[in-house]
Amino acid sequence: MEWIRESVDSIKSIQLRQTLSQAVNLGLILTSALIIWKGLICITGSESPVVVVLSESMEPGFQRGDILFLHMGKDPLRAGEIIVFNVDGRDIPIVHRVIKVHERQDTGEVYILTKGDNNPEDDRVLYAQGQRWLQRHHVMGRAVGFLPYVGWMTIIMTGNPIIKYIIIGALLVITSKD
Amino acid sequence: MHSFGYRANALLTFAVTILALMCAMASFSDNLNHPSPSSSVQVLNVNWFQKQPNGNDEVSLTLNISADLQSLFTWNTKQVFIFLAAEYETPKNSLNQISLWDGIIASKEHAKFWTHTSNKYRFIDQGSNLRGKEFNLTLHWHVMPKTGKMFADKLVMSGYHLPKEYR
Repeated sequence: MEWIRESVDSIKSIQLRQTLSQAVNLGLILTSALIIWKGLICITGSESPVVVVLSESMEPGFQRGDILFLHMGKDPLRAGEIIVFNVDGRDIPIVHRVIKVHERQDTGEVYILTKGDNNPEDDRVLYAQGQRWLQRHHVMGRAVGFLPYVGWMTIIMTGNPIIKYIIIGALLVITSKD
Repeated sequence: MHSFGYRANALLTFAVTILALMCAMASFSDNLNHPSPSSSVQVLNVNWFQKQPNGNDEVSLTLNISADLQSLFTWNTKQVFIFLAAEYETPKNSLNQISLWDGIIASKEHAKFWTHTSNKYRFIDQGSNLRGKEFNLTLHWHVMPKTGKMFADKLVMSGYHLPKEYR
């Protein structure tokens, strides 16, 4: 009878080890994703280094579902750059092009006006009531590069959250078997 | 070990890696192109020039813009966005950039062009500094690739003057 109890114990300990190593693996994946994201924030100087294009206002340059890489940097903002900015009272940031820049002689502050390439009018209608110019603190970053189509995954996932849970579940299953 | 899921995963990872590598190489190949664009702009007419009730100067110009930007196009080019900006300095602002006209060039065939136009966006100063002002007209281009890094450069044309009196 002794050998039966021994083997049962050994099987139990293996199962415990397996679950532990699964948990550690999963934790590793999550933390490394977090490290990469935070590292990108440090390197690019932008609070959100990767954004997905949600509107058609920059067609045909950027289409819905394209991914943009942002970089803030210390360089002054100039006309022609594509920037991502927040407007007070709107929660979704906007990706548009700078068409006018006025930079103050004394303080170095910039006053900029933006417009979507595909929009007929400039963005004053999108700004907060009475706001005529954007300033540096509205700007989250400037677009430096892009990848087409990759962002569709996020658009689909925010559209129907069920798919998000299915994908998370599938990831859990994949990481658990080894 | 050699289950269906394992093989599918390996294949997918390999395919995505190759795709990413090809995108990176396509973007990198843009660095091998050394473009030599040319452009010239004439201010044909000052349509009107006045001070707005709020004290800002505004001017309307008729421009003749011609450019040859064919050398900007490579196999990784989706489109080229070009705009013409008036750039000048005032006692208040160290830099004023005002886009006067812009356009999207979708293909190499359309990259050699000329156009006769009045300014598409309003040329308004922050203040009243435009009388007799010397300014530069700068043609900027932003190359949007099919994938990867975006490029931008410009061609500065100097020596333009606004009239000394409102009209």
